[in-house]
Amino acid sequence: MRIACPFCGERENGEFTYLGDASPKRPNFAVDSGESPEGVEDAFYDYVYLRDNVAGYMREYWYHGGGCRSWLIAERNTVTHEFRSVTAAPGVGAAKPVQAGE
Amino acid sequence: MKYSIFSLAKAALSGHKGWTRAWRDPAPKSHYDVIIIGGGGHGLATAYFLANEYGIRNVAVLEKGWIGSGNAGRNTTIIRSNYGLPGNTGFYEMSMKLWERMEQDLNYNAMVSQRGIINLYHSDAQRDAFARRGNTMRINGIDAELLDAVQIRKELPFLNYDSPRFPIMGGLLQRRGGTARHDAVVWGYARAADQRGVDIIQNCEVTGFVRDHNGKITGVETSRGKISAGKVGMAVAGNTSRVAAMAGMKLPIESHVLQAFVSEAIKPLIPGVITFGAGHFYISQSDKGGLVFGGDLDGYNSYAQRGNMPVIEDVCEGGMAVMPMIGRVRMLRQWGGIMDMSMDGTPIIDKTPIDGLYLNAGWCYGGFKATPASGLVFAHLLARDEPHPEAARFRLDRFRRGAMIDEKGQGAQPNLH
Ligand SMILES: Cc1cc2nc3c(=O)[nH]c(=O)nc-3n(C[C@H](O)[C@H](O)[C@H](O)COP(=O)(O)OP(=O)(O)OC[C@H]3O[C@@H](n4cnc5c(N)ncnc54)[C@H](O)[C@@H]3O)c2cc1C
Ligand SMILES: [Zn+2]
Repeated sequence: MRIACPFCGERENGEFTYLGDASPKRPNFAVDSGESPEGVEDAFYDYVYLRDNVAGYMREYWYHGGGCRSWLIAERNTVTHEFRSVTAAPGVGAAKPVQAGE
Repeated sequence: MKYSIFSLAKAALSGHKGWTRAWRDPAPKSHYDVIIIGGGGHGLATAYFLANEYGIRNVAVLEKGWIGSGNAGRNTTIIRSNYGLPGNTGFYEMSMKLWERMEQDLNYNAMVSQRGIINLYHSDAQRDAFARRGNTMRINGIDAELLDAVQIRKELPFLNYDSPRFPIMGGLLQRRGGTARHDAVVWGYARAADQRGVDIIQNCEVTGFVRDHNGKITGVETSRGKISAGKVGMAVAGNTSRVAAMAGMKLPIESHVLQAFVSEAIKPLIPGVITFGAGHFYISQSDKGGLVFGGDLDGYNSYAQRGNMPVIEDVCEGGMAVMPMIGRVRMLRQWGGIMDMSMDGTPIIDKTPIDGLYLNAGWCYGGFKATPASGLVFAHLLARDEPHPEAARFRLDRFRRGAMIDEKGQGAQPNLH
Protein backbone atom coordinates (compact mmCIF):
# COMPACT_ATOMS: atom_id res chain seq x y z
CA MET A 1 0.00 0.00 0.00
CA ARG A 2 1.38 3.42 -1.00
CA ILE A 3 -0.37 6.61 -0.03
CA ALA A 4 -0.31 9.69 -2.25
CA CYS A 5 0.02 12.52 0.26
CA PRO A 6 -1.27 15.71 -1.39
CA PHE A 7 1.73 17.57 0.05
CA CYS A 8 4.58 15.03 -0.17
CA GLY A 9 3.62 12.76 -3.05
CA GLU A 10 3.40 8.96 -3.00
CA ARG A 11 4.98 7.40 0.10
CA GLU A 12 5.00 3.92 1.64
CA ASN A 13 2.31 3.44 4.24
CA GLY A 14 4.78 2.92 7.10
CA GLU A 15 5.18 6.71 7.19
CA PHE A 16 1.53 7.11 8.12
CA THR A 17 -0.48 6.46 11.27
CA TYR A 18 -4.09 5.37 11.06
CA LEU A 19 -6.85 6.83 13.14
CA GLY A 20 -9.91 5.26 11.55
CA ASP A 21 -13.31 6.00 10.10
CA ALA A 22 -13.73 9.71 9.32
CA SER A 23 -17.52 9.65 9.32
CA PRO A 24 -18.45 9.65 13.04
CA LYS A 25 -19.01 13.27 14.08
CA ARG A 26 -18.64 14.36 17.68
CA PRO A 27 -22.10 15.25 18.98
CA ASN A 28 -22.42 18.94 19.68
CA PHE A 29 -25.30 19.88 21.94
CA ALA A 30 -25.95 23.41 23.11
CA VAL A 31 -26.66 23.58 26.86
CA ASP A 32 -30.28 24.53 26.20
CA SER A 33 -30.78 22.30 23.17
CA GLY A 34 -33.65 20.62 24.98
CA GLU A 35 -32.14 17.19 24.29
CA SER A 36 -32.85 14.59 26.99
CA PRO A 37 -29.81 13.25 28.91
CA GLU A 38 -30.52 9.82 27.41
CA GLY A 39 -30.53 11.32 23.94
CA VAL A 40 -27.12 12.90 24.59
CA GLU A 41 -25.76 9.63 25.97
CA ASP A 42 -27.06 7.70 22.99
CA ALA A 43 -25.42 10.13 20.61
CA PHE A 44 -22.07 9.83 22.41
CA TYR A 45 -22.35 6.03 22.64
CA ASP A 46 -22.88 5.91 18.91
CA TYR A 47 -19.97 8.30 18.24
CA VAL A 48 -17.45 6.59 20.53
CA TYR A 49 -18.29 2.91 20.07
CA LEU A 50 -20.39 2.06 17.02
CA ARG A 51 -18.82 1.68 13.59
CA ASP A 52 -20.18 0.90 10.13
CA ASN A 53 -16.99 -1.09 9.49
CA VAL A 54 -17.79 -1.15 5.78
CA ALA A 55 -16.46 -3.68 3.30
CA GLY A 56 -15.74 -1.40 0.37
CA TYR A 57 -14.81 2.25 0.08
CA MET A 58 -14.39 4.04 3.39
CA ARG A 59 -13.40 7.62 4.28
CA GLU A 60 -10.70 7.50 6.91
CA TYR A 61 -8.14 9.60 8.75
CA TRP A 62 -4.41 9.06 8.21
CA TYR A 63 -1.63 11.12 9.80
CA HIS A 64 1.56 11.66 7.81
CA GLY A 65 3.93 11.53 10.81
CA GLY A 66 6.90 10.49 8.67
CA GLY A 67 6.45 13.43 6.32
CA CYS A 68 4.55 16.70 6.42
CA ARG A 69 2.72 15.80 9.67
CA SER A 70 -0.65 16.63 8.17
CA TRP A 71 -3.92 14.93 8.88
CA LEU A 72 -5.34 13.48 5.69
CA ILE A 73 -8.63 11.98 4.62
CA ALA A 74 -8.33 9.02 2.30
CA GLU A 75 -10.99 7.10 0.47
CA ARG A 76 -9.75 3.53 0.47
CA ASN A 77 -11.31 0.21 -0.37
CA THR A 78 -11.10 -2.07 2.68
CA VAL A 79 -11.49 -5.16 0.51
CA THR A 80 -8.77 -4.40 -2.09
CA HIS A 81 -6.66 -1.72 -0.29
CA GLU A 82 -7.03 0.55 -3.37
CA PHE A 83 -7.05 4.30 -2.76
CA ARG A 84 -9.53 6.46 -4.65
CA SER A 85 -8.48 9.82 -3.23
CA VAL A 86 -6.29 11.40 -0.55
CA THR A 87 -6.96 14.97 0.51
CA ALA A 88 -6.01 17.26 3.37
CA ALA A 89 -8.39 17.00 6.31
CA PRO A 90 -10.41 20.19 6.84
CA GLY A 91 -8.50 22.65 8.99
CA VAL A 92 -5.14 21.02 8.43
CA GLY A 93 -2.28 23.40 9.31
CA ALA A 94 -1.86 26.51 7.23
CA ALA A 95 -1.59 24.43 4.11
CA LYS A 96 -4.07 24.94 1.36
CA PRO A 97 -5.61 21.64 0.31
CA VAL A 98 -4.18 20.48 -2.99
CA GLN A 99 -5.67 17.66 -5.01
CA ALA A 100 -3.48 14.57 -5.28
CA GLY A 101 -1.45 14.61 -8.48
CA GLU A 102 -1.46 18.37 -8.96
CA MET B 1 -15.51 -45.02 13.31
CA LYS B 2 -13.80 -44.59 16.67
CA TYR B 3 -10.17 -43.57 16.36
CA SER B 4 -7.69 -45.51 18.49
CA ILE B 5 -4.35 -47.27 18.31
CA PHE B 6 -6.29 -50.35 17.12
CA SER B 7 -8.13 -48.55 14.32
CA LEU B 8 -4.81 -47.12 13.23
CA ALA B 9 -3.09 -50.52 13.25
CA LYS B 10 -6.01 -52.08 11.40
CA ALA B 11 -5.96 -49.37 8.75
CA ALA B 12 -2.20 -49.71 8.40
CA LEU B 13 -2.56 -53.43 7.65
CA SER B 14 -4.99 -52.68 4.81
CA GLY B 15 -2.75 -49.98 3.36
CA HIS B 16 -4.81 -47.12 4.86
CA LYS B 17 -7.54 -47.71 2.29
CA GLY B 18 -10.28 -48.31 4.88
CA TRP B 19 -10.67 -44.80 6.29
CA THR B 20 -14.16 -43.35 5.93
CA ARG B 21 -15.01 -39.64 5.75
CA ALA B 22 -14.91 -37.87 9.09
CA TRP B 23 -18.19 -36.01 8.62
CA ARG B 24 -21.10 -36.14 6.18
CA ASP B 25 -21.78 -33.65 3.38
CA PRO B 26 -25.55 -33.18 3.73
CA ALA B 27 -27.84 -30.97 1.65
CA PRO B 28 -29.49 -28.28 3.77
CA LYS B 29 -32.86 -29.21 5.29
CA SER B 30 -35.69 -26.68 5.15
CA HIS B 31 -35.72 -26.09 8.93
CA TYR B 32 -33.36 -26.31 11.90
CA ASP B 33 -33.92 -25.52 15.57
CA VAL B 34 -30.64 -23.63 15.57
CA ILE B 35 -28.55 -22.33 12.68
CA ILE B 36 -24.97 -21.28 13.35
CA ILE B 37 -23.47 -18.97 10.73
CA GLY B 38 -19.72 -19.57 10.36
CA GLY B 39 -17.82 -22.86 10.29
CA GLY B 40 -14.74 -21.71 12.15
CA GLY B 41 -13.66 -23.17 15.46
CA HIS B 42 -16.27 -21.24 17.41
CA GLY B 43 -19.25 -22.13 15.22
CA LEU B 44 -18.37 -25.82 15.15
CA ALA B 45 -17.64 -25.95 18.90
CA THR B 46 -21.00 -24.28 19.54
CA ALA B 47 -22.79 -26.92 17.47
CA TYR B 48 -20.93 -29.69 19.28
CA PHE B 49 -21.87 -28.37 22.73
CA LEU B 50 -25.49 -27.75 21.67
CA ALA B 51 -25.79 -31.40 20.69
CA ASN B 52 -23.62 -32.90 23.41
CA GLU B 53 -24.47 -30.82 26.51
CA TYR B 54 -27.83 -29.27 25.77
CA GLY B 55 -29.55 -32.01 23.75
CA ILE B 56 -30.28 -29.77 20.76
CA ARG B 57 -29.38 -31.86 17.72
CA ASN B 58 -31.39 -30.36 14.89
CA VAL B 59 -28.58 -27.92 14.21
CA ALA B 60 -26.82 -26.69 11.07
CA VAL B 61 -23.49 -24.91 10.71
CA LEU B 62 -23.46 -22.84 7.51
CA GLU B 63 -20.03 -22.01 6.13
CA LYS B 64 -19.51 -19.85 3.05
CA GLY B 65 -16.22 -21.51 2.09
CA TRP B 66 -14.80 -24.66 3.63
CA ILE B 67 -14.67 -25.12 7.39
CA GLY B 68 -11.54 -23.64 8.93
CA SER B 69 -10.87 -21.37 5.94
CA GLY B 70 -11.11 -18.27 8.14
CA ASN B 71 -9.08 -17.40 11.21
CA ALA B 72 -9.39 -20.90 12.64
CA GLY B 73 -6.93 -22.05 9.98
CA ARG B 74 -4.79 -18.91 9.98
CA ASN B 75 -3.82 -18.36 13.59
CA THR B 76 -0.54 -19.04 15.36
CA THR B 77 -2.18 -21.65 17.60
CA ILE B 78 -1.26 -20.29 21.02
CA ILE B 79 -3.40 -21.30 23.97
CA ARG B 80 -3.03 -19.71 27.41
CA SER B 81 -5.11 -18.40 30.31
CA ASN B 82 -2.88 -15.59 31.61
CA TYR B 83 -5.46 -12.82 31.74
CA GLY B 84 -5.79 -10.32 34.57
CA LEU B 85 -9.29 -8.85 34.56
CA PRO B 86 -12.48 -10.24 36.10
CA GLY B 87 -14.52 -11.78 33.31
CA ASN B 88 -11.44 -12.84 31.37
CA THR B 89 -9.56 -14.81 34.04
CA GLY B 90 -12.36 -17.29 34.73
CA PHE B 91 -13.46 -17.62 31.13
CA TYR B 92 -10.02 -18.36 29.69
CA GLU B 93 -9.17 -20.76 32.50
CA MET B 94 -12.39 -22.64 31.81
CA SER B 95 -11.22 -22.80 28.22
CA MET B 96 -7.80 -24.12 29.27
CA LYS B 97 -9.47 -26.88 31.30
CA LEU B 98 -11.55 -27.81 28.24
CA TRP B 99 -8.35 -27.95 26.13
CA GLU B 100 -6.88 -30.35 28.65
CA ARG B 101 -9.65 -32.91 28.03
CA MET B 102 -10.56 -32.01 24.44
CA GLU B 103 -8.91 -34.99 22.78
CA GLN B 104 -10.71 -37.47 25.04
CA ASP B 105 -14.02 -35.61 24.66
CA LEU B 106 -13.78 -35.47 20.87
CA ASN B 107 -11.86 -38.71 20.23
CA TYR B 108 -9.57 -36.67 18.03
CA ASN B 109 -5.88 -35.81 18.17
CA ALA B 110 -5.82 -32.02 18.35
CA MET B 111 -2.11 -32.08 19.26
CA VAL B 112 -2.72 -30.03 22.38
CA SER B 113 0.77 -29.41 23.68
CA GLN B 114 1.23 -27.65 27.02
CA ARG B 115 4.78 -26.63 26.31
CA GLY B 116 4.56 -23.38 28.29
CA ILE B 117 4.39 -19.70 27.45
CA ILE B 118 6.88 -17.09 28.72
CA ASN B 119 6.16 -13.36 28.58
CA LEU B 120 9.55 -11.65 28.89
CA TYR B 121 9.93 -8.43 30.88
CA HIS B 122 12.57 -5.79 30.27
CA SER B 123 12.12 -3.14 32.96
CA ASP B 124 11.28 -2.83 36.66
CA ALA B 125 7.84 -1.45 35.86
CA GLN B 126 7.08 -4.34 33.54
CA ARG B 127 8.23 -6.83 36.16
CA ASP B 128 5.83 -5.27 38.67
CA ALA B 129 2.97 -5.43 36.20
CA PHE B 130 3.73 -9.09 35.43
CA ALA B 131 4.05 -9.94 39.12
CA ARG B 132 0.63 -8.44 39.65
CA ARG B 133 -0.84 -10.39 36.75
CA GLY B 134 0.78 -13.60 37.98
CA ASN B 135 -0.64 -13.04 41.46
CA THR B 136 -4.08 -12.40 40.01
CA MET B 137 -3.83 -15.65 38.11
CA ARG B 138 -2.74 -17.63 41.18
CA ILE B 139 -5.50 -16.18 43.33
CA ASN B 140 -7.88 -17.47 40.67
CA GLY B 141 -6.33 -20.93 40.74
CA ILE B 142 -4.34 -20.53 37.50
CA ASP B 143 -0.69 -21.54 37.33
CA ALA B 144 1.87 -18.73 37.01
CA GLU B 145 5.55 -18.42 37.87
CA LEU B 146 7.63 -15.27 37.89
CA LEU B 147 11.15 -16.11 36.70
CA ASP B 148 14.30 -14.00 36.83
CA ALA B 149 16.89 -13.76 34.07
CA VAL B 150 19.06 -16.56 35.50
CA GLN B 151 16.13 -18.98 35.49
CA ILE B 152 15.09 -17.98 31.98
CA ARG B 153 18.63 -18.35 30.66
CA LYS B 154 18.59 -21.99 31.76
CA GLU B 155 15.50 -22.70 29.65
CA LEU B 156 16.18 -20.33 26.75
CA PRO B 157 19.96 -19.80 26.45
CA PHE B 158 19.73 -18.41 22.91
CA LEU B 159 17.95 -15.15 23.71
CA ASN B 160 19.70 -11.78 23.63
CA TYR B 161 20.38 -11.16 27.33
CA ASP B 162 23.02 -8.50 26.78
CA SER B 163 21.01 -5.98 24.80
CA PRO B 164 21.61 -2.60 26.46
CA ARG B 165 18.36 -1.29 25.03
CA PHE B 166 16.03 -4.20 25.91
CA PRO B 167 17.73 -6.27 28.64
CA ILE B 168 15.83 -9.46 29.50
CA MET B 169 15.21 -9.20 33.24
CA GLY B 170 12.90 -12.19 33.55
CA GLY B 171 9.52 -13.43 32.51
CA LEU B 172 6.09 -14.61 33.57
CA LEU B 173 5.70 -18.30 32.81
CA GLN B 174 2.47 -20.25 32.44
CA ARG B 175 3.51 -23.87 32.07
CA ARG B 176 0.01 -25.04 31.16
CA GLY B 177 -0.05 -22.68 28.18
CA GLY B 178 1.20 -23.88 24.82
CA THR B 179 -0.10 -24.66 21.36
CA ALA B 180 -2.63 -26.90 19.60
CA ARG B 181 -3.06 -27.93 15.99
CA HIS B 182 -5.60 -25.41 14.66
CA ASP B 183 -6.96 -27.46 11.74
CA ALA B 184 -7.33 -30.53 13.93
CA VAL B 185 -9.45 -28.52 16.36
CA VAL B 186 -11.79 -27.59 13.50
CA TRP B 187 -11.92 -31.13 12.16
CA GLY B 188 -12.31 -32.66 15.63
CA TYR B 189 -15.31 -30.49 16.49
CA ALA B 190 -16.79 -31.02 13.01
CA ARG B 191 -16.56 -34.78 13.31
CA ALA B 192 -17.88 -34.88 16.88
CA ALA B 193 -20.77 -32.53 16.06
CA ASP B 194 -21.63 -34.52 12.93
CA GLN B 195 -21.68 -37.76 14.92
CA ARG B 196 -24.27 -36.14 17.20
CA GLY B 197 -26.55 -35.20 14.31
CA VAL B 198 -25.36 -31.70 13.36
CA ASP B 199 -25.41 -30.85 9.63
CA ILE B 200 -22.22 -29.14 8.48
CA ILE B 201 -22.99 -27.36 5.25
CA GLN B 202 -20.05 -25.93 3.35
CA ASN B 203 -20.09 -23.56 0.38
CA CYS B 204 -23.26 -22.06 1.79
CA GLU B 205 -23.01 -18.31 2.27
CA VAL B 206 -25.60 -16.48 4.32
CA THR B 207 -26.74 -13.53 2.23
CA GLY B 208 -29.65 -12.19 4.28
CA PHE B 209 -32.08 -12.78 7.11
CA VAL B 210 -35.72 -13.83 6.97
CA ARG B 211 -37.89 -11.92 9.44
CA ASP B 212 -41.54 -12.10 10.46
CA HIS B 213 -43.89 -9.11 10.78
CA ASN B 214 -42.56 -8.39 14.30
CA GLY B 215 -39.00 -8.22 13.01
CA LYS B 216 -38.06 -11.54 14.64
CA ILE B 217 -35.45 -13.53 12.74
CA THR B 218 -37.03 -16.75 11.50
CA GLY B 219 -34.39 -17.97 9.09
CA VAL B 220 -31.64 -17.10 6.66
CA GLU B 221 -31.25 -16.57 2.94
CA THR B 222 -28.26 -18.45 1.60
CA SER B 223 -26.48 -19.17 -1.65
CA ARG B 224 -28.13 -22.61 -1.38
CA GLY B 225 -31.64 -21.31 -0.74
CA LYS B 226 -33.79 -20.19 2.15
CA ILE B 227 -33.54 -22.11 5.44
CA SER B 228 -35.83 -21.47 8.38
CA ALA B 229 -34.62 -21.59 11.96
CA GLY B 230 -35.85 -21.30 15.53
CA LYS B 231 -32.74 -19.34 16.46
CA VAL B 232 -29.75 -18.03 14.54
CA GLY B 233 -26.29 -17.64 16.06
CA MET B 234 -23.53 -15.62 14.41
CA ALA B 235 -19.92 -16.85 14.76
CA VAL B 236 -18.34 -15.19 11.73
CA ALA B 237 -15.31 -13.50 13.36
CA GLY B 238 -13.86 -10.91 10.93
CA ASN B 239 -17.09 -10.73 8.94
CA THR B 240 -19.29 -9.89 11.93
CA SER B 241 -20.15 -6.33 10.87
CA ARG B 242 -21.04 -7.46 7.34
CA VAL B 243 -23.44 -10.12 8.56
CA ALA B 244 -24.86 -7.82 11.26
CA ALA B 245 -25.50 -5.18 8.60
CA MET B 246 -27.81 -7.65 6.84
CA ALA B 247 -29.98 -7.40 9.94
CA GLY B 248 -29.57 -3.62 10.12
CA MET B 249 -27.33 -3.79 13.18
CA LYS B 250 -24.28 -1.60 13.86
CA LEU B 251 -21.75 -3.01 16.35
CA PRO B 252 -18.77 -1.83 18.44
CA ILE B 253 -16.41 -3.73 16.15
CA GLU B 254 -13.83 -2.96 13.46
CA SER B 255 -12.21 -5.50 11.13
CA HIS B 256 -8.41 -5.44 11.00
CA VAL B 257 -5.75 -7.60 9.40
CA LEU B 258 -3.20 -9.57 11.43
CA GLN B 259 -0.28 -11.26 9.72
CA ALA B 260 1.58 -14.44 10.65
CA PHE B 261 4.88 -15.92 9.46
CA VAL B 262 6.51 -19.34 9.25
CA SER B 263 10.19 -20.11 8.64
CA GLU B 264 11.73 -23.12 6.95
CA ALA B 265 11.76 -26.19 9.21
CA ILE B 266 14.71 -26.59 11.55
CA LYS B 267 15.61 -29.05 14.30
CA PRO B 268 13.91 -28.56 17.69
CA LEU B 269 15.02 -25.21 19.07
CA ILE B 270 12.27 -23.39 20.93
CA PRO B 271 10.64 -25.39 23.71
CA GLY B 272 7.51 -23.29 24.21
CA VAL B 273 6.04 -19.93 23.31
CA ILE B 274 8.12 -16.79 23.87
CA THR B 275 6.80 -13.24 23.76
CA PHE B 276 9.07 -10.19 23.59
CA GLY B 277 7.89 -7.54 26.04
CA ALA B 278 9.68 -4.52 24.60
CA GLY B 279 8.13 -4.69 21.15
CA HIS B 280 5.37 -6.81 19.77
CA PHE B 281 6.86 -10.14 18.74
CA TYR B 282 6.01 -13.70 19.70
CA ILE B 283 7.35 -17.04 18.52
CA SER B 284 6.97 -20.78 18.89
CA GLN B 285 8.07 -23.81 16.91
CA SER B 286 5.60 -26.14 15.24
CA ASP B 287 5.93 -29.91 15.39
CA LYS B 288 6.99 -29.82 11.74
CA GLY B 289 9.95 -27.64 12.76
CA GLY B 290 8.94 -24.27 11.32
CA LEU B 291 9.28 -21.22 13.53
CA VAL B 292 5.82 -19.64 13.80
CA PHE B 293 5.82 -15.96 14.68
CA GLY B 294 3.91 -12.71 14.52
CA GLY B 295 3.37 -9.31 16.05
CA ASP B 296 1.08 -6.32 15.70
CA LEU B 297 -2.00 -5.72 13.60
CA ASP B 298 -1.35 -3.73 10.44
CA GLY B 299 -3.53 -1.07 12.01
CA TYR B 300 -6.02 -0.08 9.30
CA ASN B 301 -9.50 -1.47 8.62
CA SER B 302 -9.29 -4.38 6.22
CA TYR B 303 -11.22 -7.32 4.85
CA ALA B 304 -8.39 -8.30 2.49
CA GLN B 305 -6.75 -11.23 4.39
CA ARG B 306 -3.33 -9.85 3.48
CA GLY B 307 -1.14 -7.16 4.98
CA ASN B 308 1.66 -4.79 4.07
CA MET B 309 5.42 -4.45 4.40
CA PRO B 310 5.83 -2.09 7.42
CA VAL B 311 4.48 -4.69 9.84
CA ILE B 312 6.64 -7.42 8.30
CA GLU B 313 9.66 -5.22 8.91
CA ASP B 314 8.53 -4.43 12.45
CA VAL B 315 7.96 -8.10 13.31
CA CYS B 316 11.37 -9.08 11.93
CA GLU B 317 13.05 -6.27 13.87
CA GLY B 318 11.39 -7.51 17.04
CA GLY B 319 12.64 -11.02 16.32
CA MET B 320 16.19 -9.81 15.71
CA ALA B 321 16.15 -7.76 18.92
CA VAL B 322 15.17 -10.60 21.23
CA MET B 323 16.65 -13.58 19.37
CA PRO B 324 19.37 -12.48 16.91
CA MET B 325 20.04 -15.99 15.60
CA ILE B 326 16.63 -15.91 13.91
CA GLY B 327 18.34 -13.87 11.18
CA ARG B 328 19.90 -17.13 9.96
CA VAL B 329 16.63 -18.83 9.02
CA ARG B 330 14.62 -18.07 5.92
CA MET B 331 11.00 -17.06 6.00
CA LEU B 332 8.89 -19.56 4.11
CA ARG B 333 5.30 -18.34 4.21
CA GLN B 334 3.31 -15.36 5.37
CA TRP B 335 -0.42 -14.64 5.37
CA GLY B 336 -3.13 -12.54 6.99
CA GLY B 337 -6.48 -13.03 8.68
CA ILE B 338 -9.31 -10.64 9.48
CA MET B 339 -9.82 -9.92 13.16
CA ASP B 340 -13.10 -8.82 14.68
CA MET B 341 -11.56 -6.14 16.93
CA SER B 342 -13.97 -5.00 19.61
CA MET B 343 -13.82 -1.55 21.19
CA ASP B 344 -12.33 -2.86 24.46
CA GLY B 345 -10.40 -5.85 23.13
CA THR B 346 -12.80 -8.34 24.76
CA PRO B 347 -15.36 -10.66 23.17
CA ILE B 348 -19.11 -10.14 23.00
CA ILE B 349 -21.36 -13.15 23.59
CA ASP B 350 -24.95 -12.09 23.94
CA LYS B 351 -28.47 -11.94 22.56
CA THR B 352 -28.84 -9.06 20.15
CA PRO B 353 -31.65 -6.49 20.34
CA ILE B 354 -33.19 -8.44 17.44
CA ASP B 355 -35.38 -11.36 18.48
CA GLY B 356 -33.98 -14.71 17.38
CA LEU B 357 -30.45 -13.44 16.61
CA TYR B 358 -27.49 -14.25 18.87
CA LEU B 359 -23.98 -12.87 18.69
CA ASN B 360 -20.54 -14.40 19.28
CA ALA B 361 -17.84 -11.92 18.18
CA GLY B 362 -15.11 -9.50 19.14
CA TRP B 363 -12.39 -12.16 19.46
CA CYS B 364 -9.63 -9.85 18.30
CA TYR B 365 -6.37 -11.74 17.76
CA GLY B 366 -6.92 -14.09 20.70
CA GLY B 367 -9.94 -16.24 19.93
CA PHE B 368 -8.23 -19.53 19.13
CA LYS B 369 -7.47 -20.26 22.77
CA ALA B 370 -11.11 -19.46 23.54
CA THR B 371 -12.54 -21.96 21.03
CA PRO B 372 -13.84 -24.63 23.45
CA ALA B 373 -15.14 -22.19 26.08
CA SER B 374 -16.69 -19.96 23.44
CA GLY B 375 -18.55 -22.95 22.02
CA LEU B 376 -19.77 -23.99 25.46
CA VAL B 377 -21.03 -20.57 26.59
CA PHE B 378 -22.59 -19.73 23.23
CA ALA B 379 -24.41 -23.07 23.21
CA HIS B 380 -25.61 -22.29 26.73
CA LEU B 381 -26.92 -18.90 25.63
CA LEU B 382 -28.68 -20.37 22.59
CA ALA B 383 -30.19 -23.24 24.58
CA ARG B 384 -31.21 -21.39 27.75
CA ASP B 385 -31.64 -17.81 26.58
CA GLU B 386 -29.46 -16.60 29.42
CA PRO B 387 -25.70 -16.08 29.62
CA HIS B 388 -23.43 -18.80 30.97
CA PRO B 389 -22.05 -17.61 34.35
CA GLU B 390 -18.49 -17.47 32.95
CA ALA B 391 -19.63 -15.19 30.10
CA ALA B 392 -21.95 -12.98 32.11
CA ARG B 393 -19.68 -9.96 31.64
CA PHE B 394 -19.32 -10.31 27.87
CA ARG B 395 -22.55 -8.43 27.22
CA LEU B 396 -23.20 -6.25 24.22
CA ASP B 397 -24.51 -3.37 26.32
CA ARG B 398 -21.35 -3.08 28.44
CA PHE B 399 -20.08 -0.19 26.32
CA ARG B 400 -23.29 1.73 26.87
CA ARG B 401 -23.07 0.98 30.62
CA GLY B 402 -19.37 1.87 30.90
CA ALA B 403 -18.53 -1.70 31.98
CA MET B 404 -15.75 -2.32 29.47
CA ILE B 405 -13.19 -5.10 30.01
CA ASP B 406 -10.10 -3.39 28.62
CA GLU B 407 -7.18 -5.72 29.38
CA LYS B 408 -4.69 -3.45 27.64
CA GLY B 409 -6.12 -0.14 28.83
CA GLN B 410 -6.26 1.41 25.35
CA GLY B 411 -9.79 2.77 25.24
CA ALA B 412 -12.07 2.70 22.22
CA GLN B 413 -9.33 2.45 19.58
CA PRO B 414 -9.58 -1.11 18.24
CA ASN B 415 -6.35 -1.05 16.23
CA LEU B 416 -4.36 -0.54 19.45
CA HIS B 417 -5.75 -3.48 21.44
C1 LIG C 1 -2.53 -14.36 12.01
C2 LIG C 1 -3.41 -14.72 13.18
C3 LIG C 1 -2.84 -15.21 14.35
C4 LIG C 1 -3.63 -15.52 15.45
N1 LIG C 1 -3.04 -16.08 16.53
C5 LIG C 1 -3.79 -16.49 17.57
C6 LIG C 1 -3.18 -17.16 18.66
O1 LIG C 1 -1.98 -17.44 18.66
N2 LIG C 1 -3.95 -17.52 19.72
C7 LIG C 1 -5.29 -17.25 19.75
O2 LIG C 1 -5.92 -17.55 20.75
N3 LIG C 1 -5.91 -16.64 18.71
C8 LIG C 1 -5.19 -16.26 17.62
N4 LIG C 1 -5.81 -15.66 16.54
C9 LIG C 1 -7.25 -15.36 16.61
C10 LIG C 1 -8.15 -16.53 16.27
O3 LIG C 1 -7.68 -17.17 15.11
C11 LIG C 1 -9.59 -16.05 16.06
O4 LIG C 1 -9.99 -15.20 17.12
C12 LIG C 1 -10.60 -17.20 16.00
O5 LIG C 1 -10.17 -18.19 15.08
C13 LIG C 1 -11.97 -16.68 15.59
O6 LIG C 1 -12.99 -17.64 15.70
P1 LIG C 1 -13.37 -18.69 14.55
O7 LIG C 1 -12.38 -19.79 14.57
O8 LIG C 1 -14.76 -19.11 14.74
O9 LIG C 1 -13.23 -17.76 13.25
P2 LIG C 1 -13.15 -18.13 11.69
O10 LIG C 1 -12.36 -19.36 11.45
O11 LIG C 1 -12.76 -16.90 10.97
O12 LIG C 1 -14.67 -18.49 11.41
C14 LIG C 1 -15.64 -17.63 10.88
C15 LIG C 1 -16.21 -18.30 9.65
O13 LIG C 1 -17.38 -17.60 9.24
C16 LIG C 1 -17.47 -17.75 7.83
N5 LIG C 1 -18.38 -16.73 7.31
C17 LIG C 1 -18.21 -15.39 7.28
N6 LIG C 1 -19.27 -14.78 6.70
C18 LIG C 1 -20.15 -15.78 6.38
C19 LIG C 1 -21.44 -15.78 5.76
N7 LIG C 1 -22.04 -14.65 5.36
N8 LIG C 1 -22.06 -16.99 5.58
C20 LIG C 1 -21.46 -18.13 5.98
N9 LIG C 1 -20.25 -18.19 6.57
C21 LIG C 1 -19.59 -17.02 6.77
C22 LIG C 1 -16.02 -17.56 7.38
O14 LIG C 1 -15.81 -18.09 6.09
C23 LIG C 1 -15.26 -18.30 8.46
O15 LIG C 1 -14.95 -19.63 8.11
C24 LIG C 1 -5.04 -15.33 15.40
C25 LIG C 1 -5.61 -14.86 14.23
C26 LIG C 1 -4.82 -14.57 13.11
C27 LIG C 1 -5.47 -14.09 11.84
ZN1 LIG D 1 2.68 14.44 3.68
